[in-house]
Amino acid sequence: MTALRRVLAQTRIELVLTLRRGESVLLTFLIPVVVLGFFSMVDVLPTPPGTEEPVDFLFPGVLALAVMSTAMVSLAIATGFERQMGVLKRLGATPLTRPQLLAAKTLAIAVIEVLQVAVLLVEALALGWRADHGFASALAAMALATIAFAGLGMLMAGTLPALTTLAAANGLYLVLVLLGGMIVPLAELPAALETVARALPAGSLSELVHAALDDGSASPSGGAWLVLGAWAAAAPALAAWRFRWE
Amino acid sequence: MPVIEVDDLTVRYRSVTAVDGVSFSADAGEVVALLGPNGAGKTSTLETLEGYRRPSGGTVRVLGLDPVADHDRLTPRMGVMLQSGGVYPGVRPLEMLELLASVHDRTEDPSALLERVGLTHRRGTTWRRLSGGEQQRLSLAMALVGRPAVAFLDEPSAGIDPSGRQLIRQIVRELRTAGVCVMVTTHDLGEAEKVADRVVIVDRGRVVADGTPSELMECPGSEEIRFGAPPGLDTAALGKALTAAVEEVTPGEYLVLAEATPTNVATLTAWLAEREMPLADLRAGRQRLEDVFLRLTAITGEIPVVSIGDGSTPRGSPRQSGRPERGRRESGRGGQGAA
Repeated sequence: MTALRRVLAQTRIELVLTLRRGESVLLTFLIPVVVLGFFSMVDVLPTPPGTEEPVDFLFPGVLALAVMSTAMVSLAIATGFERQMGVLKRLGATPLTRPQLLAAKTLAIAVIEVLQVAVLLVEALALGWRADHGFASALAAMALATIAFAGLGMLMAGTLPALTTLAAANGLYLVLVLLGGMIVPLAELPAALETVARALPAGSLSELVHAALDDGSASPSGGAWLVLGAWAAAAPALAAWRFRWE
Repeated sequence: MPVIEVDDLTVRYRSVTAVDGVSFSADAGEVVALLGPNGAGKTSTLETLEGYRRPSGGTVRVLGLDPVADHDRLTPRMGVMLQSGGVYPGVRPLEMLELLASVHDRTEDPSALLERVGLTHRRGTTWRRLSGGEQQRLSLAMALVGRPAVAFLDEPSAGIDPSGRQLIRQIVRELRTAGVCVMVTTHDLGEAEKVADRVVIVDRGRVVADGTPSELMECPGSEEIRFGAPPGLDTAALGKALTAAVEEVTPGEYLVLAEATPTNVATLTAWLAEREMPLADLRAGRQRLEDVFLRLTAITGEIPVVSIGDGSTPRGSPRQSGRPERGRRESGRGGQGAA
């Protein structure tokens, strides 16, 4: 009970601070919402053959984008500064244990993601998106991707200075947006780049979410599950090994 | 059983030895100041006690626990004020105290605590917008939320205004009355003198003295007079007048190796008067802690050779029996007990 009370108190402060940081709200809510709305109405992006409306391609893509923004970029930046400011050090002298702190961060990410999905779902429905299947696999892929991205975020936050983490997380965000099949379909990329993209966590995530929510135009790929599963195992392990609390 | 026990502690960072054989102890209801110049090893010692670092050698115990191995049993009873930071930049003072209150079991009321450190009017301001002194006050309050049995305050009065200093002193006194063992680091001698029951002076990772402020300020045998005057006095001529050795310790700071008898003092002032030299100050018998400190940490070279509380200890000789480890102690490596 005491452990739960500690985790929930920490989760609460993580949420309050995340929602108070302007750049984090911009990243986790505003950008996915604007991308979905703008490119659904302004049909300039390439969409895979067989896609009737841009929103059918974009909604699964921005779900992947939302997961990446929250679990990797926002987490990395916040944790990087907490580490630099001695917050992690100070919390280390309280009865809140490190596993409890990590549990709180995970819970906070899950809550933000639920809010993101809700907001984006309402928007997509308003834009005419319809689907009645595939939610379970999409959520499973997003959960697995959250673990992978959080591992990458913590790896940056725990090894680099805060400002470098800020730059690296934003840089990686840009690269993975472009190579992640979130806005531009993977099939539009040059062949060599596409191979690389499919091996990255962003590419495999959007592949899986697309496959789950699209009406059968793509079949769930076992390869993508493997790739994402490997990232979800390797990234947190590497982060746990390399993380420095001060 | 002492609350804090440090026995022959060594802390090394790669090739640098930050703490080199430090030993001391502290009891419940006792305020101990760890005093020393920058880089003396104060924070390294404190962080070992807080469980942030493992000793490279020696042992430390806090409340009978190993700060690293028994970390989870120690944290509920420990209050920590870091030298800087430790707070979310975007958090408000009350939120931060409420968070810490939620992770501790026995707690102070966060609002009342905020009032006690004079931050009630800033309760809704984010940490990054607080002044340096206000940040220090919050940091101090954070150390108190969990009603600690032992409190570690690292440079609590750094960057804080006089009223803040007074507040810190008052809170430390209250903690002592409540039976809390308080460990404070500082390089401010006045602060150490005012706040501490005992002062442990460290320099270059070693304990060079350990005693109450008044014990430390007593002069061995009172066989010296210290005074301040314009630099460059003719010490040989003055020495002749006084029939004693006179030394210019630092420019404008003089040491006369003679007893502070009325005659000697009169001779000294008369000699200065003849030359129309102003006297900045004159100390005899009792030294300011600053003199002790400078003597032990800087002037006498790498290992202080001046012994205090050694041999012919004058009146009020420090506790020589019973608690030998607690009396004033001559430096040496690791500090052997006083004579």
